[in-house]
Amino acid sequence: MNKIFEVPMYPYARHPDQDEVTPVRRPVVIIGAGPIGLGAAIDLAQQDIPVVILDDNDKVSFGSRAICFAKRPLEILDRLGCGAPMVDKGELWNKGRVFFGEKNVYTFDLLEEEGHKNPAFINLQQYYFEEYMVDRVFALQAEGKPIEIRGKNRVDAIGAHDTHVTLEIDTPDGPYNLEADWLIAADGANSPTRRMLGLDFDGRVFEDNFLIADVIMKADFPTERWFWFDPPFNKGQSALLHKQPDDVWRIDLQLGWDIDKEEEKKPENVIPRLKAMLGDDAEFELEWVSIYTFQCRRMDRFRYGRTLFAGDAAHQVSPFGARGANSGLQDTDNLAWKLKLVIDGTADASLLDTYSDERVYGADENILNSTRSTDFITPKSEMSRILRDAVLDLSEQHEFARPLVNSGRLSVPCTYDGSSLNGPDELGGPERTRVGSPCVDVKLKTGYLLDMLGDKFTILTIDTDAPDTLTEAGITATRLALSTSDDPTGALHERYLDEASNGIYLIRPDQHVAARWDTYNETAMRAAIRTAIGKE
Amino acid sequence: MTHITLTPNIEHADDFYADLLAAHDGLTKPQSDAYNARLLLVLANHIGDPEVLKAALEAAKART
Repeated sequence: MNKIFEVPMYPYARHPDQDEVTPVRRPVVIIGAGPIGLGAAIDLAQQDIPVVILDDNDKVSFGSRAICFAKRPLEILDRLGCGAPMVDKGELWNKGRVFFGEKNVYTFDLLEEEGHKNPAFINLQQYYFEEYMVDRVFALQAEGKPIEIRGKNRVDAIGAHDTHVTLEIDTPDGPYNLEADWLIAADGANSPTRRMLGLDFDGRVFEDNFLIADVIMKADFPTERWFWFDPPFNKGQSALLHKQPDDVWRIDLQLGWDIDKEEEKKPENVIPRLKAMLGDDAEFELEWVSIYTFQCRRMDRFRYGRTLFAGDAAHQVSPFGARGANSGLQDTDNLAWKLKLVIDGTADASLLDTYSDERVYGADENILNSTRSTDFITPKSEMSRILRDAVLDLSEQHEFARPLVNSGRLSVPCTYDGSSLNGPDELGGPERTRVGSPCVDVKLKTGYLLDMLGDKFTILTIDTDAPDTLTEAGITATRLALSTSDDPTGALHERYLDEASNGIYLIRPDQHVAARWDTYNETAMRAAIRTAIGKE
Repeated sequence: MTHITLTPNIEHADDFYADLLAAHDGLTKPQSDAYNARLLLVLANHIGDPEVLKAALEAAKART
């Protein structure tokens, strides 16, 4: 039987654009049909912005690659209409174990908070993830939405102009040219777009190699994240075991810097390593093996004229903490509504600079966290190893040391503190829903809060009054009127009011808080809307 | 200015110092290094206050 990642999902088909003498101009072209390119495309197409996705391949991701998806991206995917199949298929987990040497030094439980539609984390192979997103693209097409994927369309040259971008594309039928008002580069860590435009990608390269293997195995290990420091089967290095759907287990083994990659990838060298880890009796089959190194780095900015970079093309982190694909989807969440307003002429193109500002801020947060994890997992000096081992030694007996153990600080969404789009924060409400934060979900009697917010500007009122709609600077914000009595558990009050008895929030299309007060003031609300679209 | 005590504060200082040396008795250099690291972490956790910890990191630097 063929694996999902062996079957072309969007095989090459000749497009009429290829027969045009004068290159056709498209509003938005996206390079890369990975999770980030697909996310951007679906988001824009749902808002009726025509998009063309170009990919040099025609299949989903080979191997599991990104496997761990966090709550905020799942919420975004839910808004994009493809979150549910992922959560249904994915392995839910919230427990983990940390091993040091031969000992299980402690076990943790992420203790999920109640009242959220989506779980804290799921594990899902990237190929399923992409499959469900491609399914969504086809479903949107069937609904008549302006979205298409062109497989085996490789971009060979890019010309950046003030008013548009030109693309030279190679296909099995030969080359053709295309123009785009806007180009989104979601073409991964080695982004050919970045290279073709001659842009820098600065940061820190970590001198280490990791062997990743997808192993098919009937095993009764629990669905937990197991992380080993200095295990007997991989002395002086680290290891990770995590369950994926279909009895596929993901194993990451740190190998060190001075290795022969091709040699290490051979099954005759991989299998003994896995046997040492899983036990001699373990019966397993190798589905996929790869060796990766990683960098923590980002582009100087994510907008260059009419080209916008997103996901790994714009920023790269270590895999510890699941901050790659997860942060890339937060990029597109931030970008799509802004690009729509610019294309519609509602906002100035400078709004797209705030995409760069806000997501550079997010990328720096991810790079900081992921660099710290890497420094803990692979100590760079004798003393950093001594301190690391001391933390692990103490963690078995003393609870205080456990927060210092860093095998990856798992992805949490970024709050855009200090963003130029932020309006007043005059509620004295909870820290977690302060201006710049993504809204936290709440289960109400009538459904989930995030479903009600959708992807438009919303005026959320809790036990206070406001008009049903307010139009300012081309934006119509619609009221969502709630009362603390809509949530008998008290979570709405706790997450959005805290000390206050009533509150009003202006919420952006990406569900981040733009401003908040205790009561409605029309002048202040109008000013906050203008601020949120870069017009103040 | 963050308060960090840099005046004498250990009762029976000689006893503490002797205990500190005794804790290292019979340890190899790597064992002693590991012990020092654990001790440092235990003490840092007891202090807890990040401002005091920052001041301590500064105070412990060698004068050039």
